[in-house]
Amino acid sequence: MVERKEVRIHVPVLARVEGEGALDLRVHDGTLDRLALRIFEPPRLFEKFLEGREYREVPDIVARICGICPVAYQMSAVHAIEAAFDVRPGEWVRALRRVLYCGEWIESHALHIHLLAAPDFLGAENVIELAARYPDEVRRGLRLQELGNRIIRLLGGRSVHPVSVCAGGFFRAPTPAEVTEILAELRAALPDAEALVAWTASLELPASDQSFTSVALRHAHEYPMNEGHLVTSDGLEIAIERYGDYFQERQVPHSTALHSLHFPSGMGAEQMGRPYLVGPLARINLNWDRLPPAPQDAVTRSGVRFPSRNMFHSIVARAVEIHYALLEAVRILEQYRSPKSPAVPVNPRAGVGYGCTEAPRGALWHRYGFDDDGGVVEATIVPPTSQNQARIEEDLRLALQAYGLEHPDEELRRFSETVIRNYDPCISCATHFLRLHVHRA
Amino acid sequence: MKPRIAVHKFASCDGCQLAFLNAGEALLKLAELVDIAHFAEAGPLDPDGQVDVAFVEGSVTTSEDAERIKRIRDKSRFLITIGACATAGGLQALRNTADADDWIASVYASPEYISSLATSTAIARHVKVDLELWGCPVNGRQVLAAVRALLFGVPPVEENEKVCIECKRRQTVCVMVAGGVPCMGPVTRTGCGAICPHFGRECYACYGPAETINDASLGRWFQGLGLAPDAIVRRFRFINNDAPEFRDAAERIAASHRPGLPGSAQD
Repeated sequence: MVERKEVRIHVPVLARVEGEGALDLRVHDGTLDRLALRIFEPPRLFEKFLEGREYREVPDIVARICGICPVAYQMSAVHAIEAAFDVRPGEWVRALRRVLYCGEWIESHALHIHLLAAPDFLGAENVIELAARYPDEVRRGLRLQELGNRIIRLLGGRSVHPVSVCAGGFFRAPTPAEVTEILAELRAALPDAEALVAWTASLELPASDQSFTSVALRHAHEYPMNEGHLVTSDGLEIAIERYGDYFQERQVPHSTALHSLHFPSGMGAEQMGRPYLVGPLARINLNWDRLPPAPQDAVTRSGVRFPSRNMFHSIVARAVEIHYALLEAVRILEQYRSPKSPAVPVNPRAGVGYGCTEAPRGALWHRYGFDDDGGVVEATIVPPTSQNQARIEEDLRLALQAYGLEHPDEELRRFSETVIRNYDPCISCATHFLRLHVHRA
Repeated sequence: MKPRIAVHKFASCDGCQLAFLNAGEALLKLAELVDIAHFAEAGPLDPDGQVDVAFVEGSVTTSEDAERIKRIRDKSRFLITIGACATAGGLQALRNTADADDWIASVYASPEYISSLATSTAIARHVKVDLELWGCPVNGRQVLAAVRALLFGVPPVEENEKVCIECKRRQTVCVMVAGGVPCMGPVTRTGCGAICPHFGRECYACYGPAETINDASLGRWFQGLGLAPDAIVRRFRFINNDAPEFRDAAERIAASHRPGLPGSAQD
């Protein structure tokens, strides 16, 4: 093989990711001397046009940040609003919000596993090719995706930008007949979800053993969705309001998404910020003991172990969360009773509210300041993908060196894309994905 | 040879592409009927190839994108916009009435790294559009119906009647008449299934303006329900704020409430 001294690889549009980005690699004398995950999704400036809007308008506005995880944006927003106005929506609302979130996890994870990630591990270019070779597996995935969407439609009217979430609760409660009907479908899908866990664990995933910091919510006795403290794998546990003391967004020249870094000893300390991981693998690494026996047993049978240092176990973590979300939705809906009212009253007041919930891609943090009438004075939104961006670059650097930079450009491109896609980056959220530029020198 | 289609993305939330990606079995069927030449999120990449139908999601917010849409137009027999961003500039067109540089400076510490136009504009402001599918988001029924119609060689049916008509068909009790809720249904295009009133809440006009709207009358209704003028204006300046009918309505309502001007509320 001819020794190539200088190599530049440029992937101009990364496919099978949500949004627009590109990757630039420059290899000089066999070492990687530049790696930049460029996000060029145009900035849409949501935080600015929230200003001057009324609190009631917020859930419909923030949903538009992301079509794949609108529920997550609505959940973080309503929890922040309710915290600012000291509203306690009660058990019924709490339980049904959990069901709605189950729907989004199922829909988003099933879409990512089958349409975006699995083709990488089975040598297909896309889901259409995959469906020709694995028709049963792809159809099983599409059925699960549709079931997730069904849950969102039941509670929210439509699966993209659902219309029923409001501060205080919901605009409408489903009827017992509607709940009975969907319960039967959810129960019938449980074998599909269990089989999916086994299938993702059986894929030939690349070997990877990396040290990284996981960050996720942790709740006293549940697998985390809407509530909990923020915890890290290096032992930090903080209230969500203190996020800004330990994590900070920085702007980098090559990206319209801000990069978040973790400062384990607090912002004042003299130290470098570190990349960290949010999302399904971080969640399961930190909350394995919060999963009920059935999903734990399915994982044990599959041979995969959590916590895991193999980033490619993310696809298994997504399947486990689909299995869990189905079980959880069944558990809650089996006890369903129609409420007197689907929402509690909301009385706005001046103040600041924080919300942090577990979007399919990881912790989604919101902070709002309100005036006396509930008008938004300021808004800050930290999406999962901007938190993961530094970690993706770190992973790529390590993974490419381990893979071997002598591989032809086309193989480097494919491998890089696989690494990036594994994070399920949502670039629409992070502002938006990939073109690879490899420069070899 | 099968017809070739493309799905292109501009500034957006990706939610309208989900009309394809959430279609399940219909997505596999579609792949049998047509050749999906370019659809980055689904995998196929051929942004510059000749296609029969190009679906465009998102609005134009950068000078590169203003050029890219022209190249897409040149290579497409039919160009169909999907959703509020592509059809009317989207929610992010709210920057058009603000100082976008100022906004970018307040969100990004080093605004010089960000290249962005001051405006977010509809695709039709840049190139000829053959069909506009409204909605935030568009749904699978709208998109697949358009594909089917084109495959049959007939023009797709335009849905431009009002949400109110859809409510009547669904026998949904009017939230404005019965509940005193300021509903945008009387000026909003149907296609959504009138889900908001069915859920007991007001329509917020995510499907854009219906044909021949009477915004002045609706504005008076809203005033009667106790809405302050700025709250009425905000209802028009929302998801489809840069649709000409809504933009003009918001401007008229705002102007009629400016103190000291003819026709103001103080007269």
